Amino acid sequence: MARTRVAPDFAVRRDTARCINCKACVRLCANGVHVWDEVAGAPVADESKCVGCHFCEEHCPTRALSIERAPAETTSGGHWTRSAIRGIGRQAETGGILLGAMGNDRPQMAYFDRLVLNAAQVTNPSIDPLREPMELKTFIGSRPDRIEIARGAGGRPRLGAPLPPLLEIETPIMFSAMSYGSISLNACRSLAGAAGEIGTCWNTGEGGLHPDLESCADRAIVQVASGRFGVTPEYLARAAAIEIKVGQGAKPGIGGHLPGGKVTEDVSRTRRIPVGSDAISPAPHHDIYSIEDLKQLIFALKEATRYSKPVGVKIAAVHNVASIAIGIVHAGADFIAIDGIRGGTGAAPSVIRDHVGIPIELALASVDQRLREEGLRHRVSIIAAGGIRSSADVLKAIALGADAVYIATAALVALGCHVCRTCYLGKCNWGIATQDPALTRRLNPEVGQTRAANLLRAWSHEIKEMLGGMGVNAIESVRGNRDHLRGVGLSQVELDLLGIKHAGSPW
Amino acid sequence: MVTAKAARRRRRVAVREEYCIGCRLCEVACVTRHSRSRDVVAAHKTESPRPGGGVRFEAAGPVSLAVSCRHCADPLCVEACLTGAMARDPGTGRVVHDPARCVGCWMCVMTCPTGVPRPDPAAHRLAFKCDLCGGDDLPACVAACPNAAAVLVEEDEP
Repeated sequence: MARTRVAPDFAVRRDTARCINCKACVRLCANGVHVWDEVAGAPVADESKCVGCHFCEEHCPTRALSIERAPAETTSGGHWTRSAIRGIGRQAETGGILLGAMGNDRPQMAYFDRLVLNAAQVTNPSIDPLREPMELKTFIGSRPDRIEIARGAGGRPRLGAPLPPLLEIETPIMFSAMSYGSISLNACRSLAGAAGEIGTCWNTGEGGLHPDLESCADRAIVQVASGRFGVTPEYLARAAAIEIKVGQGAKPGIGGHLPGGKVTEDVSRTRRIPVGSDAISPAPHHDIYSIEDLKQLIFALKEATRYSKPVGVKIAAVHNVASIAIGIVHAGADFIAIDGIRGGTGAAPSVIRDHVGIPIELALASVDQRLREEGLRHRVSIIAAGGIRSSADVLKAIALGADAVYIATAALVALGCHVCRTCYLGKCNWGIATQDPALTRRLNPEVGQTRAANLLRAWSHEIKEMLGGMGVNAIESVRGNRDHLRGVGLSQVELDLLGIKHAGSPW
Repeated sequence: MVTAKAARRRRRVAVREEYCIGCRLCEVACVTRHSRSRDVVAAHKTESPRPGGGVRFEAAGPVSLAVSCRHCADPLCVEACLTGAMARDPGTGRVVHDPARCVGCWMCVMTCPTGVPRPDPAAHRLAFKCDLCGGDDLPACVAACPNAAAVLVEEDEP
């Protein structure tokens, strides 16, 4: 192959006055950037291989290394951006689809950044969360239309009909679906352990349930996706809840493909497919072409688990999301997970990741509004996903109508990910998006569990502080309560869609 | 006062092979901790002879492991030492080496089951060996391990 004309993305800067030739960078870089030069007696760098994961930089004992963005080589930066020119350059060489990973990172406005929260002053007192209890406990699932009361022995009141099964979580933040295969077993262990420690849920994705994670299954939402990988009666029976994956925010309308190279013996056992075979998840479920078909699958799963746990549906946020959500409720789902345009992935065509779907804020507001108008909001819980970066994003999503949120990129960042967006290469230096035994050991699950749990703890503390400042003592008081939100610099159309007033407007 | 129980307390650095990533930052930390300057750059670039060296590194394929003195309860090296240069501190349980008393007979090298002591042929005595960083709360290699593979194990002896 001819020499590439695409210039390196990154520049490796090495301060030779500080470099002690310890070779840590040479030993650690899975991409082969740092090479020991025997003649010079010093490390040298091949910058064309650098993906910008910063593993070497953070492990250099003398801080001699820094990985910098290579200087822009074009004079234009407005319409013909560097990434547009580089993308065409790559495609002119390969003739292929450009792959991307993680979420859409184009510099579009995030509506979360244009929303502000309220606080109590004088006329309604704020609450100190360090002195008074703050309730973040959340229940995911369907609520009955009304409570039936019957009289038991001696005329004592009791529930006349059993309540639908609910998923109880201690904080309204759950880990989103990431399969064993797309991420390493140590990454799965870290997240599953953290979910158990905090009392929330993790999600198996489409990867099945590895035997080592069975002890964490009581906190697992298990996925049934179009490939049906790893779905067995035991898989369904052990789970806390079941999620039918219809779509994903990073790649609405397309399926998934785990390359055969990643289907190791262990992955093959968990997914129940032959070693080395490509794991193809078709774009549609080939047995779902209507709401009625979806209803059949939902009730098949409920029957299989004797109506003991919530069954939900995950969809990507697309133009018609509110009507689709209504159909999903009528099909009997107990929760709907909506994944916005900034949702992440291990691999997707960049063009789809960046241009297909709608922002989660708008999708969430329209679904919540429509369910209320139809009198169906109590029948279903809404989980918002896709681009949640902070506790403020969590609280804003809840005020817009979410019952809970899913986080995935944020959770991986807590484990060490630096969002270099090359998960699809399978050479993750941080030991997350790889099955290479030399790399997966870099994520000690004890360390990972502590870091992921700390993130949930920190965000929960911050949410409690914000709630206290608003003068409320339970997350339930903010749920779908858009009076706590105001928009800044948004048009009337956007404000109407979000169902909020502009900042400066009174109650 | 050292109680009988404390005398049977054993501290050692253990490396969990499954999490050792082969970065060898433990070695760098050992050198720095035992240098005069305690500065990582100066310890490696200007101080001579290079200090430390209490951690030895072994790797094969994806498996790597840093090995340092186990500070055994009944150390064979101490038993074999002709001059008393190698001794077990009854108070702390550390096995320490006094270079002033070492004559370079290499009996410790011969007897150690984990191959920790190494000869320094130039000085004709034993090369530096792990001293658990004196009285530090945490040995430097443990503090420097980026993946918590190296841990300090404290156990009461039976």
